[in-house]
Amino acid sequence: MVEWTEFERDTIKDIFSKIDYDVVGPAALTRCLVVYPWTRRYFGNFGALYNAEGIMGNEMVANHGKKVLHGLDRAVKNMDHIKESYCELSQLHSDQFHVDPDNFRLLADCLAIAIATQWGSAFTPDIQAAFQKFLSVVVFSLGSQYH
Amino acid sequence: MSLSAKQKATVKDFFGKMATRSDDIGAEALSRLVAVYPQTKSYFAHWKSASPGSAPVRKHGITIMGGVYDAVGKIDDLKAGLLSLSELHAFMLRVDPVNFKLLAHCMLVCMSMVFPEEFTPQVHVAVDKFLAQLALALCEKYR
Repeated sequence: MVEWTEFERDTIKDIFSKIDYDVVGPAALTRCLVVYPWTRRYFGNFGALYNAEGIMGNEMVANHGKKVLHGLDRAVKNMDHIKESYCELSQLHSDQFHVDPDNFRLLADCLAIAIATQWGSAFTPDIQAAFQKFLSVVVFSLGSQYH
Repeated sequence: MSLSAKQKATVKDFFGKMATRSDDIGAEALSRLVAVYPQTKSYFAHWKSASPGSAPVRKHGITIMGGVYDAVGKIDDLKAGLLSLSELHAFMLRVDPVNFKLLAHCMLVCMSMVFPEEFTPQVHVAVDKFLAQLALALCEKYR
């Protein structure tokens, strides 16, 4: 069981109540596809993802970015049962999408950077630490049903 | 994953823009390393304080960023240029190379905070690749 301090719980709730999903989600997924080009292997049906410009203008990428970010909502609402909350999604990513779980970590890093671009100095070291701890629990949970 | 000529130019350009804030970014990046990855404090047990924002941490962050800037100048041959730094890290400091990635991530976070407009995905990938190449050059003498 993950132990959360009150600061961490408050910080996570605060972050997710303040971020603009429509900006941060697309920004994070876009960065992931540009910075770690091998992640494009999972989006063959999204059209032309050959270069940064193509990715940044791609509507399917943007919509999927929003979807993925909303995928974190269940963890925010259920911080004491994150692993259980992601059982099904983990199976899906393993058995249907065949995503290498290391990619979840890459996307998590891009999410931290996307929020940093939005918040600037308001994204303090303590907040970054809480956010990355939260993301690492989600990343672990998403990989938990792989076999 | 070596840098293209265009990416080298992107790195030099961005670091040029960053120059006036490089001390802040260096200090902040090391602070974040010990805040977000507390296990990294194990390398600084000999300091009075290794907590985020403390004077020794900030000072050392500035030193490290100075080294990174030096590496930008040697971007065409990092292995040769960083030979003595590699020996230092290999034989004296013996920092586990996984930590280079963690510090690189913290540097990227700081860059994106301070330069949200300039730190585009294209700049991000070039700088990320450069820091990875830098880390590789630092590891050269490890074994």
